[in-house]
This record gives sequence, structure tokens and C-alpha cells, in this order.
Amino acid sequence: MATNSDSNVNKAVNVSELIAKNKKKKSINNYMEKLVPTILFLLASITVLTTIGILYTLISEAVHFFMEVPILDFFTGTELKPLSQNPEFGILPLLNGTIISSLIAILVAGPIGLMSAIFLSEYASDKVRRIIKPLLEILAGIPTIVYGFFAFTFVTPLIRTFWPQLEATNILSPGLVMGIMIIPMIASLSEDAMTSVPNGIREGSLAMGTTKLETTVKVVIPAAFSGIIASFVLAISRAIGETMIVTIASGSSKNFSFDITESMQTMTAFIVEVSGGEAPAGSTLHYSLYAVALTLFVFTMIMNLLAKYVSRKFREEY
Amino acid sequence: MEKLEALHQNNKMNARLRKNSIWKSIFFLSTLFGLVVLAILIIRVLIQGLEWIDLEFITSRLSTQADKAGIMGAILGTLWVMVVVIPVTLIIGVGSAIYLELYSKKGKIQSFIETNIANLAGVPSIVYGLLGLTAFVRLMDLGNVVLAGGLTLALLVLPILIVSAQEALRAVPGHLSEASYGMGATKWQTIRKIILPAALPSILTGSILALSRAIGETAPLTVLGIPALLIPFPQGLLDTFTALPMQIYYWTLDSSLVAEYANLAAATIVILLLILFILNSIAIIIRNKYHQRN
Repeated sequence: MATNSDSNVNKAVNVSELIAKNKKKKSINNYMEKLVPTILFLLASITVLTTIGILYTLISEAVHFFMEVPILDFFTGTELKPLSQNPEFGILPLLNGTIISSLIAILVAGPIGLMSAIFLSEYASDKVRRIIKPLLEILAGIPTIVYGFFAFTFVTPLIRTFWPQLEATNILSPGLVMGIMIIPMIASLSEDAMTSVPNGIREGSLAMGTTKLETTVKVVIPAAFSGIIASFVLAISRAIGETMIVTIASGSSKNFSFDITESMQTMTAFIVEVSGGEAPAGSTLHYSLYAVALTLFVFTMIMNLLAKYVSRKFREEY
Repeated sequence: MEKLEALHQNNKMNARLRKNSIWKSIFFLSTLFGLVVLAILIIRVLIQGLEWIDLEFITSRLSTQADKAGIMGAILGTLWVMVVVIPVTLIIGVGSAIYLELYSKKGKIQSFIETNIANLAGVPSIVYGLLGLTAFVRLMDLGNVVLAGGLTLALLVLPILIVSAQEALRAVPGHLSEASYGMGATKWQTIRKIILPAALPSILTGSILALSRAIGETAPLTVLGIPALLIPFPQGLLDTFTALPMQIYYWTLDSSLVAEYANLAAATIVILLLILFILNSIAIIIRNKYHQRN
């Protein structure tokens, strides 16, 4: 403003012209001030549209499916023969495959992830932590297709050398590899929960003469329990939704079986198989895709909400 | 008598301490386990793939003959998809983050949108594939082209980008914008000229990480029906394409038929991991530079 008035005096610029110019600039500015929030709001609502889009596609197409296949048959059927003359659509084989692979994964990742979290949060020095954490992040950043390749071409042959009954495609090795994939998730979320336990509590326990192990097991873990459980639930949810590892390494057998040496199909792998096979639009097979996806969506959503509920409801407040 | 008791207690304490140090090693070994597997994975892929990588492998077309096959088409496909993903996620992601952090009133709408974004981040990627198949490939009738794949992947990584951009905006010190307001600047001017430039390095870091997630993602592309056939190189947004992870997928599946395909898959994995490594290094460099300045 100061330079403006100076130049007005020196060069005798037409003042009214300047004022008009300034006003015009202001009105543009005012206009922008009103327009920008609206545009930004529209951009932010795209995420809401995405959710609506997902729900709408899944539900509207699944409804077609349930008009042809009764809901009860779908959820209680142990036979899945989508391509046979008398096609049967029971989701239990897929649920079975999903649950077994996730269970194997959490059996691997649960203990190892939690123990890593204990080490990082309670035992490791700052220096060690600063080296190990980025390395674990690399493990978390590797694309799942790479894990799938690893399970199929390395882990399965490796296990087969001392357990020959294992089939070339089986649910065991993708389960194990999926477990490795979710270790970093459990480790870092549990570590967050444990580091947020105030030091005073730790010191109080140590001052009573306990060892570090006793403090960790009897004081820190109970205090961080809700966060640890939440990390487990989130990791299971991640395993349920994981696609490429099981698609590659577990084959496409739709048998309802509990033998982990056999090939089993998960919900996600079924979606890949059917959509890749170009099921004709409008066929029951095509609609079954969405019914399975809706089930998968509901499953993971319940897990995610459960994790949130657990960490809120049972959190110890300090 | 007293001495004996003291000795007894000392023994007990020693046992407890021993237990502590044993468990300490177990905890350490568990931490190492993940890293050892990571090392095995990388070494194994390198051994299998490295000798297959040469200029010819990178620059030539796909072929059914293993020793002639190249991945130029997949590299170009991945690049073209990024041409869609980068602008779409940046505009929508940063715009949403600015709205949520700086414009929306703390209230129901804001918490609704934020809860929604958190939930979207937990949706399995394959479900996004079905959304893309229904909305972009079929409804908009694009077919399985670059644009459809790019938009699908953009929606998939959007929640990651929004959350990191929100954090970046939140980290801009308040006195900067107050000074700007004090000089008579309007809100949008302050955001455009003060807040956004200050938050830019963190936003870039977040968007590079989101991008690398999009590059490695396979499941949604399989649902869209992305082929790995002998298709011409993509020239534009409306061409069919294949991408690096899809190439790995098909070669891995067919490795039980042709053994060399496993090596080709490994070689492609090396290239993919190399790209991700470079992207992540750039993100780390940006982050470190920015932290030094503060």
C-alpha cells in the first residue's frame, strides 16, 4: 500500500483508475473465497461417493443373485460348483478357505509380531530401533504379488522336501507367507500401544524389584492389551482381504475340507478366478461374484469396526 | 540361618534374571525372523532373476518364447497408469485434505467424511476392482483400458494420500498463517501462498508412498481383466495395457508349464522392486531435507 501511494504522488497515476482496478481484483478475490470451499467440498465428497458406489454395485448385483439362489442355500451350502450342469452356489468352501488361511497367518504373525513389538518397545535401544523399524517397513511395503511368487516357487517346494504329502497348490504355504506379510502390521501397531503406556507405571513396577520380563508381562502388556488385540483384529482383516498370495499359491479347488495340505479357494481368489474367466454379464455366475464380494466386504468391515470398538472401549486411560 | 535365607533369595533372583535374559534373546530372535525372511526373499529373487535382466529384456516385447520375452509393454503400461493416478489422486487428495483441515467446521459432516475415509482404507483392494469393473469398464463403457485401471487404482490409494496430506497440513505452524492473515491476506490466499508451500514436502512424501502402493497393486487389475497377451504398446489413455504386477502374475501362474517363466517372473520382480526402492528413496530424501530445514 505504501509503495502504491508513493508512486501515485511521483508519477501522478490516475487514482480513480487504480481504485477501480483494486476493486475488480477484490471482487475476483471475493468470488474465489466463496467458490474455493465449494470446490474443495465437492472433492472431499468424492470419497463418500466411492463408498456409496461400492455399496451400490455390490448390493444391487448381489440382489440379482439372491433372487436366483436363496440366501439360506448360499450361506449354508457346502457345494460350490459354479460351472457344472446343475450349478450349486454354497459359500462355505470359500469361507472355510478364507478362515483357515487367515488362521494360519495369525498363528504365525501373532506371536512373532507381538514378541517383536515387545523387543522394540521394551528392550531395544534407540539405535537398534532406528535400524530395525525401517527394515520392517520394507517388509510391509513389498507388493503382495511378490509374496505370492515367493509362496508358490519357494515356500511350497521347501516344505515339500520334508513333507511330501503337501500338494503343489495348498493352503498352508500361502497362510504362512500371509503371516509373514502381516508381522510388520502387528509389530508396529502393538509397539505403538506399548510405548504409549506411561513410564511411571513401568518404573513403579521395576522399583518393586521385578525384572524387565515380569514388568512387561504383568504390567505393560495388560495396560496395552486393547491396542494389542486391535492390532490382531486389523491384521486378520487384512489377511481376509488378501488376494494375490492365495490366488497364486492355493489353487482353485472348491472342496469343503479341513486338510491344510490341499488346495483351497478363498473368497478373494474366487473373485479373481470368476472375473478373469469373463463370466457372461447377467449370468448367475457373474452375479455370484458380487454376492461373494459383499460377504467379503461385510466380513472385513465387521473386523475393522471391531478393532476400533476394542481399542476405544477397553483402553486404559492415564 | 540369615545367611542361608539370603543365599536362597539370591538364587531365586538369579533364576528370575536368567529367565529375563533368555526371553530377551527370544524376543530379539522373533524380531530378526521377519528380517531374515525378507533377506531370503530378496536374495532368492535376485538369484533367479538377475541373470535374465539385460537391455533386451527391458526393451523388447512380450513373447511366448522365454529367452526372447521382454517387459517393455508392462513398463509402459505401468507408466501410463501413473499418468492417470498421479494427477487424479493429487487433486482430489490434497483438495479433500484442505477442506477437512482448513474449511470444514468441526462437526458431524467432517467426522462423517473422516470416518468414511478410515473405513475406505480398510476395504480389500479386490473390492475396488469390482467397483472399477462395474463403474468404469462396464457403466462408462471404457473397456479394460489405461483410464479405467488408473481411476480404479486412484480410488484405492486416495484414503492413504488424504490422511498423509491432512497430517502435512496440520504440521504447518500456526504462526505462519496468522502472520499472513495479519497482513490482510484472505483465507484462500493464505492457503495457496503460505500453507500449501510449507506443507508441500510432506505432501510429496505421502503421495510418493501412495503411488508406490498403486504400482505394486495387482488384485484390482486382475478383476478388470487386464490381459498379458501380445498386445501393442499402449499409446494413450484409451488403449488396452498390461502392467508389471500383472506380468509377474501370469508368468508365475504359467511357471508350472514352462519352467523359465519363473525366472522371467523373478526378473520382473527385481525391476518392480527396483522402481519401488527408487521411489521410496526419493520420498526419504525429501523428508530428510525438509526436517533438516526445520
